[in-house]
Amino acid sequence: MSVELTGAEITVRCLQEEGVKYIFGYPGGAVLFIYDELFKQDKVKHILVRHEQAALHAADGYARSSHNVGVALVTSGPGVTNAVTGIATAYMDSIPLVIISGQVPTAAIGQDAFQEVDTVGITRPCVKHNFLVKDVTELASTIKKAFVIASTGRPGPVLVDIPKDVTQQKAVFDYPSSVSMRSYKPVSEGDSQQIKKAAQLILSAKRPMVYSGGGVILDNASEALTELVHLLNFPCTNTLMGLGGYPATDKRFVGMLGMHGTYEANMAMQYCDVLIAVGARFDDRVIGNPKHFYSEERKIIHIDIDPSSISKRVKVDIPIVGSVSEVLNELIKLIKASKEKIDEHALKEWWRQIDSWRERDCLRYDRTSAVIKPQMVVEKLYAVTKGDAFVTSDVGQHQMWAAQFYRFNKPRRWINSGGLGTMGFGLPSAMGAQLANPDGIVACITGEASIQMCIQELSTCKQYSLPLKIINLNNRYMGMVRQWQEFFHGNRYSESYMNALPDFVKLAESYGHVGMKIEKPEDIEGALEEAFKLKERLVFMDFITDQTENVFPMVPGGKGLSEMILV
Amino acid sequence: MRHIISLLMENESGALSRVAGLFSARGYNIESLNVAPTEDPTLSRMTLVTVGSDEVIEQITKQLNKLIEVVKIVDLSEGDHIERELMLVKVRAIGEDREEIKRLADIFRGSIIDVTDKSYTIELTGTSSKLDAFLETMQRNMILETIRTGASGLGRGERILKE
Repeated sequence: MSVELTGAEITVRCLQEEGVKYIFGYPGGAVLFIYDELFKQDKVKHILVRHEQAALHAADGYARSSHNVGVALVTSGPGVTNAVTGIATAYMDSIPLVIISGQVPTAAIGQDAFQEVDTVGITRPCVKHNFLVKDVTELASTIKKAFVIASTGRPGPVLVDIPKDVTQQKAVFDYPSSVSMRSYKPVSEGDSQQIKKAAQLILSAKRPMVYSGGGVILDNASEALTELVHLLNFPCTNTLMGLGGYPATDKRFVGMLGMHGTYEANMAMQYCDVLIAVGARFDDRVIGNPKHFYSEERKIIHIDIDPSSISKRVKVDIPIVGSVSEVLNELIKLIKASKEKIDEHALKEWWRQIDSWRERDCLRYDRTSAVIKPQMVVEKLYAVTKGDAFVTSDVGQHQMWAAQFYRFNKPRRWINSGGLGTMGFGLPSAMGAQLANPDGIVACITGEASIQMCIQELSTCKQYSLPLKIINLNNRYMGMVRQWQEFFHGNRYSESYMNALPDFVKLAESYGHVGMKIEKPEDIEGALEEAFKLKERLVFMDFITDQTENVFPMVPGGKGLSEMILV
Repeated sequence: MRHIISLLMENESGALSRVAGLFSARGYNIESLNVAPTEDPTLSRMTLVTVGSDEVIEQITKQLNKLIEVVKIVDLSEGDHIERELMLVKVRAIGEDREEIKRLADIFRGSIIDVTDKSYTIELTGTSSKLDAFLETMQRNMILETIRTGASGLGRGERILKE
C-alpha cells in the first residue's frame, strides 16, 4: 500500500525531488498548509522576503546566476498581484522560474472570496504557461510539467495555482521522472541544410559581424560562441542581455550594441555584409528603427530556439531554429572541415575600418572631474573586484554605465532586467545571486531612485547575512528620465528630481548593515577596497555623483544605428 | 489577405482564453472564431479567420504554435480546402414577401426551419461569402436578427490535421 500525502506535503516533496535548494516567498492564508510542511523539513530552505515582487526577483537572480530553475511561493490575491511585476520581468528575459501560488478553496473560486484573484487570468500574458490544479491527484505531475516547461525550449516562468483545499486533500505521491506532452515538444537540433548554407555564407563574408544575445547565456553556449569567433577572427558584439556571452576583454569584442552601444559595434552592425545573429531578437533597443536598419547588401543568419523570434522585426536570409549551442557546434565542425577559406584580405580591411571607428573612443568621459563621474565608479569596481563579481543592476543610467564599463568575461555574471526594465530588480536579484554563489562576490549597481523601489529587502539581507555590496550612484535624479527630458523635452525636468532622499548611510545602519558615503573621486577606490574587505557584511556605498552626466553614445528612439548622438 | 487558421488543441478550460488573449495582446485581428471538441474528447478543434499581411500571418501561426496547449496548427488557406459556415436569419415575412423569401432561400439552398405568421427563420450553410451574398439580397429592414457560426474548414483530400 502506498502512503497518501496531503497536497501540501506533495508540493514540498516535489520541490525536494527537483533538487530545489531555495524557495523565495511570503506566507499567507491560502498557503498555510504548504508553509506548515516547509517547517517540518530542512531540504528546501525558505527565504522570507519583505515583498512578493522581491521573491520573484530573488528567484530570478538565483536562476540567472546558476542555470537552475528559480522557485517562488506566494499566497493568493495580493501575494500574486505583487508578484506579477517579477513574473513579467522573468518572462521578458526568458528566465526559468516555477511560481507556486495559493488560491482560495475550489468552492470559493468565483465567489469574490477574501484574497481571491483570477491568478491564471492575471498572469496569463506574462508566463510561459500556467496551471490551476483542481485535483490533488494531478498535483505532482503538474508541478513536474511546470519544471519541464520552465527549463526547456525558450525558458520562462511557469505558475502553478493551488487552491487551499487541494493542499489539504490526500493522494498517493508519485513523482514522475519525466513527462511527455503531445502539445509541447521543443526542438533543439537545427536543420542541417540550413546550417550548411549558413557555413557557406559565413565563409564568403567580406565584412562579417557576430551579434549575440541572452540566448547564448541561457543555453550555456558561451564556449561555443567564443570558439567560433576565435576560429573566424570575426568581430563580435553582445546585447545588454548577452554580456558575458563573449569575453569583453578579448580584442574581437567591439562592445555592447544598441541604443547605448559603442560606436564601433553599431557601425559594424549597420555596415556588415554578413550578420550572424545568435540567440538575439533584433529588438527596438538593439537595432532602433528596422527601416533604418535595413540594408540590401547585408545577409542575415539568425539562430534562435524560438521560431517566433525569427523574422519578427527584421527579415532574415537563413533562419535556423534550434538550440544555439548545438547549432554553433555544428557550424564550427563544418567550418573547420571546409576547403573554402575566409577572404583574409577583405577581413583585414574590415578590421581596419572597425579600428578606425574604435578610435572615436565613444565611451570617453572627463576623468579629471572634481565631482564623481559614475563611469569611474564602475571602472574602479571592475578593477577592485578583478572583473570577477556577479553584478546586478536596476534600471536607468547606472544600468547602462554598468553594462558599458564593467567588462564581463564570463556568462551569468551580469544580471539585469533587460526586457521589462524593472526598477527595483537590483537588490533582490543580488540576494538570489548571492545564495546561488555563496562564495562569489555580488555587487548591486543601482541608483537612488531604483534602490528605493525594493529597499525593504535590506531587512531580508540582514536575516540571512547576505554580504552584498550596494553601489548606489546617487545623482539625485531619475537619471535616464532626466536625460530624455534634457534631450527631447526642452530641459523640462518634470517630476524626475529625487527630493527628500533618506540618509542612506543611516538607513543601512538601521537595518544592521554598514553604510558609506563617498563624495570625492579620489576616495572611490579606497572605499571600494574597504567595502570588499568586509566579506561578511552588506555594505551600502552611497556615491554622490555628477548630476548632469549623460549616457553616450545614444541612438534616439526611431532612429537607425548609424545615427548616434556621440559625446 | 483573409486566412483560415485551424488549430488542434487540448480540450482544457483556459485554452480558448490563451488564444483570444494572444490576439488582443499582439494586436491581431479575429474575424471569427469557433471551437468544439473533436471525436477525441481530449482535443478541441478551433477555426479562426483572420486578416493580415504575410508577415503578420507568419507571426500569428508561430505565436499560436508557442502556446503550450496548441497541439497542431495549419493555415487552411495555404492550400486546397473546403470552408463552411452556418447562418440562421430571422426575417420579417408578411403577405406576398413570404413567397419571395422562400424562393430566395431555395436559390441559396437554405431551408426555413421556423415559421410564424410574421416571420421565417432560414438556415443557410456555405462559404462565408455566400452567406454575405444572401444577406445582401435581403432588404435590410426585413432582417430581424442574424447569427453566424464563423467559418469552419478542412483541408481537401489528404490534407489532414491530426495529432
